[in-house]
Amino acid sequence: MRPSTSILSLLSLLFLLPGVSGHARVLTTGRGQQFEKITQALQAAQPHDTIIVQAGTYKEGNIVITKPVSLLGKNHPVIDGQKKFENISVKADSVLIDGFRIINSGTSSIVDYAGVRICNRRYVTISNNILEDCFFGIYSQYGVNCTISGNKLAAHQVEEQQSGNGIHCWKSDSLIITGNTVSGHRDGIYFEFVTNSVIWRNISHHNMRYGLHFMFSNSDMYAANVFENNGAGVAVMFSNHVKMFHNYFRENWGDAAYGLLLKEISDSYIDGNCFDRNTSGIFLEGVSRVEMYRNQFKENGWGLKIQASCMDIVLKENNFISNTFDVGTNGSLVLNTFTNNYWDKYEGYDLNRNKIGDVPYRPVSMYSIIVEKNPPAMILFRSLITSLMDRSEKVLPSLTPENLKDPNPLMKPVKL
Amino acid sequence: MKKIIKYILLDIVRNKIVIAYTGILLAISFTVFGLEDNTQKGLLTLLNLVLFIVPLVCVIFSTIYIYNSSEFVELLLSQPIKRKSIWLSLYTGLAGALSLSFLAGVGIPLLIYDRSATGITLLVMGMLLSIIFVSIAMLASVGTRDKARGIGLSIMLWLYFALVFDGIVLFLLFQFADYPIEKAMVGVSALNPVDLARIMVLLKMDVSALMGYTGAIFKDFFGTQKGIVISMVVMAIWTAAPLLLSLRKFNRKDL
Repeated sequence: MRPSTSILSLLSLLFLLPGVSGHARVLTTGRGQQFEKITQALQAAQPHDTIIVQAGTYKEGNIVITKPVSLLGKNHPVIDGQKKFENISVKADSVLIDGFRIINSGTSSIVDYAGVRICNRRYVTISNNILEDCFFGIYSQYGVNCTISGNKLAAHQVEEQQSGNGIHCWKSDSLIITGNTVSGHRDGIYFEFVTNSVIWRNISHHNMRYGLHFMFSNSDMYAANVFENNGAGVAVMFSNHVKMFHNYFRENWGDAAYGLLLKEISDSYIDGNCFDRNTSGIFLEGVSRVEMYRNQFKENGWGLKIQASCMDIVLKENNFISNTFDVGTNGSLVLNTFTNNYWDKYEGYDLNRNKIGDVPYRPVSMYSIIVEKNPPAMILFRSLITSLMDRSEKVLPSLTPENLKDPNPLMKPVKL
Repeated sequence: MKKIIKYILLDIVRNKIVIAYTGILLAISFTVFGLEDNTQKGLLTLLNLVLFIVPLVCVIFSTIYIYNSSEFVELLLSQPIKRKSIWLSLYTGLAGALSLSFLAGVGIPLLIYDRSATGITLLVMGMLLSIIFVSIAMLASVGTRDKARGIGLSIMLWLYFALVFDGIVLFLLFQFADYPIEKAMVGVSALNPVDLARIMVLLKMDVSALMGYTGAIFKDFFGTQKGIVISMVVMAIWTAAPLLLSLRKFNRKDL
């Protein structure tokens, strides 16, 4: 037998196979279809079947998925939790939920009701759904290798104590969270004890507390996300080996709002991010061994607030442009390295034309220290007397930390 | 009155010092915007110009002009013209000419390079400071016939508004650091037109830094419609009060 005919016969064998048990079927749900309700279809389904749900409104209380099935919504069928139930609970591995409109989950101060909950499962995919007015949006507890992508979550919560997070991940591992848009929740994306996960290309805006809240989560990466106008910006705390690349942190305004709040972080990388119009671009406390390269700080109140409790932070090739204060600090101890950054307030010269200023730049202005100690003094900012004080301080540093300086300030901004 | 205003206005506009003032303002403004591709830094330089140079020039030039035109004023007084209208025309001429040259000197480059809200606020504040400091100069010069004393007084007043007042405020801020003085600071700032102008620009320029807790109090007051209206009213009082006071003195003055 020639090889081509053997392949043909194999193929024909494959076409003869339908009907043999184990092959996935397609079930349809909807008015006038095979099944009226999603729960009926789920009951009838075998593992690895696909359930196609036609457009319509489904009020079926709590839908529990206990078999590995794919649930596909056509034209965004509505799953209504009637403000009483958790809409969908996934209690099986390898479940796909795609293309639904999941609304009105229950609200409670005892139970964390969610639009979709993944309970202790692997390989679950939640994609392209619209979640509206859910208490918690998508909740992953002990989820492993799950994907949450392309969902739009919107809620209109008013009080921090009585609201839930958009994408809430707890004790999970190897998650991929990508292309989601979250707004109006308490925290946009919440990570607690989540490891080896990726948060990529999400937009988190107008959430009540943090755009991204990150606790005890090691070895994660978040990249190319936009965090805009959240109550308190983004908080990354008590974690190590976190990589933060190419994110936008914008317009996080308020006394306790930070573009990025870093607390007890170590061995991490912050590269290529853009901090734009925040009260404080980055606030660092108890941070060690962090490298910050090629970030842009623009039009912030404080570009960087670096507490004296930080050590071994390297800031290299960052741009500081039009910030009211470039760097603020609370003590005179400096264990960090600033080098080769561009500071638009630098007034030095470059005689040997190597594009590096010949005199060091001290980014902490005297007035930023005064304002740190006595916030109402902000009302005198940019007056003649404060400019004079800043000038004299530059000649003879007395209040500002002597060692906080950039010995090699760049003359031109870094091209990003 | 119109005739006198027209005469004084034309006289001042043709004055070499005013032409030089306009030219210098133009040169500085074009240079700061031309040097930097970052208009924010240019605006910062212009802010310093508006807060210190503009009041200084206005107050000193007006004082000297009033002393130099004392013979002309005496001549006018021999005519059947009210003292009030002579004094007010003198003011209108001075304020009009100086704010016009400010408008030309700073306004044109601003409109070319930076038409942001910050720029417009800066322009309006500069105009207001011009007319306020002309009015302060009227008050300084009406009190004494001695030119040197008059100029000295106007320089002292400028120094007070530009530097000493802020020093006192800073001192008070640290003395009362333990008390909630944020709201009181709002009231104190109304006592100095230069501070008021600076805060109005600050609210546009450093909005991110001002969104902090105490900054938010200033922002909540000055940033709202009500706050802007109140600030404008205070600025108007700063224009009218020294002028009316000087007018009262001029009316009763034995020339």
